Amino acid sequence: MGEQPPRMETDKLSAMYGKFTAVKGISLSFAANQVHALIGPSGCGKSTYLRTLNRLHEVSAGGWITGRVLLDGEDIYASSVNPIQLRRRVGMVFQKPTPFPTMSIRDNVAAGLMLDGRLPKAEVDEIVERSLRQAALWDEVKDRLKASALGLSGGQQQRLCLARTIAPQPEVILLDEPTASLDPQGTQRIEELVVSLKEHFTIIIVTHNMQQAARLSDTTSFFYIGQLIEHGTTKQIFTAPTHEQTEAYITGRFG
Amino acid sequence: MTAPTKSSAVHQAPDPTSGLLGTSRADQFFKGLLTLAALLIPLLLLALFYELAHGSAPAIAEFGLKFLTDDVWDPVAEIYGAWPLLFGTLLTSFIALVLAVPLSLGVAIYLTEFAPEFIRKPVAMLIELLAAIPSVVYGLWGIFVLIPILRSTVFPFFRDTLGFLPFFDGPIYGPSVLSASLILTIMIMPFIMSVSRSVLLAVPNSQREASLALGATRWEAVRTVIVPYARSGIIGAIILGLGRALGETMAVTMLIGNRHEISASLFAPGYTMAAVIANEFSEAGTTLHIASLTYVALLLFVVTVIVNAGARLLIWRVGRKSGG
Repeated sequence: MGEQPPRMETDKLSAMYGKFTAVKGISLSFAANQVHALIGPSGCGKSTYLRTLNRLHEVSAGGWITGRVLLDGEDIYASSVNPIQLRRRVGMVFQKPTPFPTMSIRDNVAAGLMLDGRLPKAEVDEIVERSLRQAALWDEVKDRLKASALGLSGGQQQRLCLARTIAPQPEVILLDEPTASLDPQGTQRIEELVVSLKEHFTIIIVTHNMQQAARLSDTTSFFYIGQLIEHGTTKQIFTAPTHEQTEAYITGRFG
Repeated sequence: MTAPTKSSAVHQAPDPTSGLLGTSRADQFFKGLLTLAALLIPLLLLALFYELAHGSAPAIAEFGLKFLTDDVWDPVAEIYGAWPLLFGTLLTSFIALVLAVPLSLGVAIYLTEFAPEFIRKPVAMLIELLAAIPSVVYGLWGIFVLIPILRSTVFPFFRDTLGFLPFFDGPIYGPSVLSASLILTIMIMPFIMSVSRSVLLAVPNSQREASLALGATRWEAVRTVIVPYARSGIIGAIILGLGRALGETMAVTMLIGNRHEISASLFAPGYTMAAVIANEFSEAGTTLHIASLTYVALLLFVVTVIVNAGARLLIWRVGRKSGG
């Protein structure tokens, strides 16, 4: 495992909102084609950390960082890097489904593609179908691609957002508690998807749900008050945590 | 031991204002009061319509619908036609809307999406202040500041560069259709800007971030996600501006030149429905003159209602299309 260079890496990364430091000097690396879980109690900085990986953190009021974030060895905060191009390589799905209400189901999936300029319609249709199939939504929506995305259930909307995120073929997908607003059935569908998607993408998922982290991920990182307490393979973290806090958290004694 | 007797007493004499039975009298009263208040608005509207129709009856009997197409307005000969007024009202409002919509939307988008945090609120507040200035002040400012500038530099420039178009040809007067349209533009901008701004502020941040996370630039996010999300509200803002432009009286009366004529040139004076009523009503002597002015008022009323209804229909259709 140590042979391959990591797909994504952070080096002493701190993230601030104005004067408040939400993430404190975190160094972590994420191997390609694996699922990486970030866990920890509310306010531990895991979502903020995730948002530094596609430079969305700097869009928030007062958001700034120190340290480095590397994608394929390249510093994404270098002044020559265009955050717009970066976000096409590092996609993101949010806690609540965020379909664009004025667009049809098809146009929602194509939203990221249309930004790249003019693709032929046939090609767009092909990518839309492929993405919807990958998101396990194709069979449910293939007859109503022109209908509004708001007619879908919460779980379907979230899979639509996943399809929208994978349509431009990013290398990394960031998932910020993607099942937090879903019912158990919707959650299960998303979890199955995440596992199947790691064949093509590197996935970093923030979750509150310990079982989810244990079920899905290859590595797990435990965050607490802005700091990385422990990082390791999911098996090791859940069976033999080395830190007392980690053990207390995963066994449900706090958080 | 006293409790059973108490409860049996209640059973014997049910009180409609307490317990499980009956409805609250205060609620009933309040509901009635509110219903009355709500009914008062449409009643007022009907009464207004009736009064206008009643008052203009002599003119309607005399001119009928030809009133709408005739362009002579001669109180001495007792001949009245309102076409130039109708035209002037619609034209000035249209020009004002064409100029004000892109400007105010641009400002609203700038203030919600692009401007540095510390100037957003102050600038928005200043613009909203513009809405509070009485229209007669706009009129005075128009006469003493705007018109001299227009006459000395802006209009000649238009005539020299765009003079091949009939709209920018002919002698340059100070008070004109274009001057009135420009003052209207300035007057309706704060309304359109401030409502659009509130609507854009109400677009959830998650929509913005979802678009940015897809690799959209700020401008692409505005164009493809944020403005479409807010579009029915933005149309509402435009209607508000249009309603104000159609009915605006004082500033327009002071700037339009008040000539009962239609000219191709926007440099020429014109007239509007609201302006003619303001100018002539106090001096109207004959029954037919008063009735004709009332007829103009009726016309203005109907035009405003039609424009508003059309716009509501538009919002409703857009709203339905976007599914919410």
